[in-house]
Amino acid sequence: MPLLEVENIDVFYGDVQAIFGLSLTIEEGQTLAVIGANGAGKSTLLKSIAGLCSPATGEIRFNGERINDVPPHRRVPLGIALTPEGRRIFPSLTLEENLLVGAHSKRSGHWNLATLYDTFPLLADRKNRLGTNASGGEQQAAAIARALMSNPRILLLDEVSLGLAPVVVEQIYSALPAIVEQGTTVLVVEQDVNQAMKVSDRVQCLLDGRTVLEGKPSELSRERIASAFFGI
Amino acid sequence: MQWANAIVQGVILGGLYALLAAGLSLMFGVMRLVNLAHGALAIVAAYMGMVLVNKTGIPPFATLLIVVPVMALVGWVLQRTLLNTALNRQALAPILVTFGLAVILQNLMLELFTADNQSIDVGSLAGASIQITPDIAVGVFPLITFVVGVFVIAALQLYLAKTTTGRAMRATSDDREAAQLMGIDHRHIYALATAIAVGLVGLAGVFLGVRTQFNPTFGDVTLIFAFEAVIIGGLGSLWGTLWGGIILGVAQVVGAQAFPSSGVLLGHIVFLLVLAFRPTGLFPKVVNG
Amino acid sequence: MTMSSVGSIVSSVKVRRSTTASNIALAVSIVVVIALAIGPFAFLTKGNQQNLVTLFIYIIMGTMWNLLAGYAGMVSIGQQAFIGVGAYGVVYAADQIGIGPVAAIPAALVIAGVIGYLVSFLAFRLSGGYFAIGTWVIAEVIKLVTTQIQTLGAGSGISLTAFSGYKPALRIATVYWMGLASVVIAVAVTYLLMRSRLGTGFTALRDDPTAAATLGVNVTRGKRIIWVVAAMGCGLAGALLAENTLRVQPDSVFSVQLTATMLFIVVIGGIGTIEGPILGALVYFALEHFLIDLGAWYLVILGIVAILMVLFLPQGLWGLISGRGRISLFPTGYRLMTNPATPPAVATQDNAV
Repeated sequence: MPLLEVENIDVFYGDVQAIFGLSLTIEEGQTLAVIGANGAGKSTLLKSIAGLCSPATGEIRFNGERINDVPPHRRVPLGIALTPEGRRIFPSLTLEENLLVGAHSKRSGHWNLATLYDTFPLLADRKNRLGTNASGGEQQAAAIARALMSNPRILLLDEVSLGLAPVVVEQIYSALPAIVEQGTTVLVVEQDVNQAMKVSDRVQCLLDGRTVLEGKPSELSRERIASAFFGI
Repeated sequence: MQWANAIVQGVILGGLYALLAAGLSLMFGVMRLVNLAHGALAIVAAYMGMVLVNKTGIPPFATLLIVVPVMALVGWVLQRTLLNTALNRQALAPILVTFGLAVILQNLMLELFTADNQSIDVGSLAGASIQITPDIAVGVFPLITFVVGVFVIAALQLYLAKTTTGRAMRATSDDREAAQLMGIDHRHIYALATAIAVGLVGLAGVFLGVRTQFNPTFGDVTLIFAFEAVIIGGLGSLWGTLWGGIILGVAQVVGAQAFPSSGVLLGHIVFLLVLAFRPTGLFPKVVNG
Repeated sequence: MTMSSVGSIVSSVKVRRSTTASNIALAVSIVVVIALAIGPFAFLTKGNQQNLVTLFIYIIMGTMWNLLAGYAGMVSIGQQAFIGVGAYGVVYAADQIGIGPVAAIPAALVIAGVIGYLVSFLAFRLSGGYFAIGTWVIAEVIKLVTTQIQTLGAGSGISLTAFSGYKPALRIATVYWMGLASVVIAVAVTYLLMRSRLGTGFTALRDDPTAAATLGVNVTRGKRIIWVVAAMGCGLAGALLAENTLRVQPDSVFSVQLTATMLFIVVIGGIGTIEGPILGALVYFALEHFLIDLGAWYLVILGIVAILMVLFLPQGLWGLISGRGRISLFPTGYRLMTNPATPPAVATQDNAV
C-alpha cells in the first residue's frame, strides 16, 4: 500500500481553480519531486496534503485512510509535516524555540534537538537568534528542522531553494540523505529542476494544475522536461 | 510630603490597573482581539464576589477560589462559542460582538443588582494601613493588590516565555497557519488564552470590588483604564503594561492632588500625550508578539 | 474570460448608475419628504412632530455610524463626543453668541467638524479594536472638560432659552422642519459621498486592499474626510436633540449608550448600505416604543439580537429584503449592462460587505 495517494483532486481558491483532476502516489521511503513553473499548482498540492486547502472533489489517502476532512493540526500527529513556502519561521521566537514548537505533536523518533543540530550545524550556532533576525538560509534550515521535530513519516518541502544563494541551497540539500536514511518519505516541490532531479527517485511535472510528465530522472531527457515544464 | 504620598498611592493604584489590563493585553497579544466586554466582565466578577461574601459569609479572599475558576470557564466557553465564530467573520465582527456583549452584561447587572453603588466588605482589613513615614501611610489591602498585580504580570510573562503552551501561544500569535502546521489547534490555544484572561479579570474584579464602590456601569471606566495602561506601556509587552498601569495610577492620584475632581481627566491626558508623542507606548516590545 | 471577449463586451457595454428601482425610490422619497414637510399644517400633532424628530436623529446617527464602520471600516465607540459637542454647541451659539436657534444648528455642525478634525490626529494613531476604545477615551475627555466649564453649566447641564420668544407650536414645528431638512441632507451627502471617487475607492479597498492601495487610494486622507463628515453629522444629531428637548446634560448627551444605539441601528438595518441604517432606525424607533416598559431587559434583548445578526445575518434586515444586494434603492456603485433593454444583471458592486 502506498503511503500517500492523491486521487483525482480539484482545488479552488474562491472561483479560481488551481488544480484539475490531479493524482499522485508515493511509496514509503521514496523521494518524489514535483516540478513545474510558477502557478502550476505545486504549492496548492502540498497545502492540500497538509490540510490548508481542501479539495472540492477527489480523495487524499494517507496510510490507506481518507484524510480529506482531517484539519491540518490533526494531520501532524498522523505523520505529515510541511515546510511551507516562504519558510514561515515564527519571527518572535528564537530558532531553538521554533524547533521546540515543531515538537508540539510529541511524535517520537530519531529527530530531536541534538540530532538536528548535528545534521544542520549552522543552526547549532544560531539557536538563540530570533527568527526575525535569522538569514534566509538559517530560516530555511530551521524550517526543515522544525518540521522534522514532529518525526514525520512524510516530509513535504515547498520551494526550499527559493531566494537562497546556490551555495546555501547546496548546503541545505546536503542534509536530505540523512533524512531519507531514517526511512522518511520526502515530497519535494521545486522550480530548480536540476536540484529536483538530483535528489529524487521519481519526478512529476505539473502544468496549469495538471500532470504533464512523470518518470524516473534517469529516464527523462532534458528536452522532454523543458517542453513539459513550459507547455511547449 | 503630600506629593510623595500621592506618588506612592498612585504607584499602588497602578498595580490594580495592571491587574485589570493583563487579560486585555494577553487576548490582544495572542489573537489580535480587543475584548470590549473586558470591563463588564470585571464588574460581573465583583458582583459574584459580593454575593458570595453576603450570602455565604466566606472570607473575601476565599471567594477567589470560586470566582477565578468560574470566570475562567466563562472565558473558555465564550471563546469556543461566540468569539471563535466572530474571528471567522468579517474584520469588524469581534469588535461588534464584544461591544454587544458588554451592553448585555451591563444591563443584566442593572436588572439584577440595580444601579446602586456596592462594595465587597473585607471587615477590618479595609481600614488597616502601614505607616511608612510620618506623612506616608499605605493601606494594607491596596498593598496586597499591588503585590498580586506584580506577581500576576511576572507569572504570565514566565508562562509565555518558558512553558510549552506559552510557546505555542506566541507561535500562534506570530503566524496562525504555520502554527497549525506544527499540530497546534489555534481554537484550543485561543480558548486557553481567553480562559486565562477572563480568569485574571475575575481576580482583578474582586480586588476592584473591595477597593472601590462599584455599580453595573463601572465596567466602562474599567475597560478604559485597562486600555490606557496597555497603550501607555506599549502593545505586546506585559512588563510595559505594569509600567503603564503605574504611570496611569500616579497621573490620576497626583492629578487629583493638584486639581481635586480632575484626577481621572489628567490620567486621560497623560494617555493622550503618550498617544501623540510615543504612539508605540513607552516600553514597546522590539518584535511583535 | 479572455482579453478578446473583454474587448467585445466593452464595445457594447453601457455603464448606468441608476435603475428602475432607484428611480422609483427617488420619486417615492420626494413624495414622502413633501408630505412630511406639510405635515405640521395638516396631520401631525406636536407630539407626533417631536417623536419624528427623534426618528430623524436616529436616522442621522445610524447613517453616520454606517459611513464610518460600513464604508471606511472604522468602528467608533466615541461618536457620543460629537452628539455632545453638537448639543452644547447649539446652546452656546443660540443663547450665548445669540445667533438664534435656527442659525445655531449649522454653527454646531461646524464646531463638531473642527473638533472632529483635530481629534482625528490622535484617534488615527490606533486601529481596529483599540481605535474603538481610543475614540471612547476622547469622548470621555471632551465630556470631562465640558463639565469643568462654568458657562456651560458644569456638571449639571444647561437649558436652551433661545426659543423663549416662540409659541410652542411654532417652536416644535421649527425644530421638526430643521430635523427633516437635516435628515435629507445627511442621507444625500452620504449617498453622494459614496458615489464619489472617494466612496468607490473605499468600496474597492473593502474588496481588495492591496489592489486599491496600488491604484493610489489614499486611505488616511479618505478616512479623515469620512471621520470629519461623521463628526459633523453626529454634531447635527446632537444639535437637534438639544433643540427637541431644550435641555442638555453631560451624562446623557455624552453617554456611550448613544453609540450603542448607532451600532444597533446599523447592525439590525444592514451595514454598508444607504438603506440599511434608515430601515434600522425605523425598526429601533418602533422597538423602543413597544418595549420601553421592559427597562434594561430591552437592551439585553437588543444586544443579543445584534450579536446574532453580526454572526449569522451580517447584511442585516435590508440584506434580507434586497436579496443580498440585488435590489438597490440608492445605488452607490456602477452597473455594467450589455444591453440596456434587458434587466441589469452583469455586475454590480453595491452592498458587497
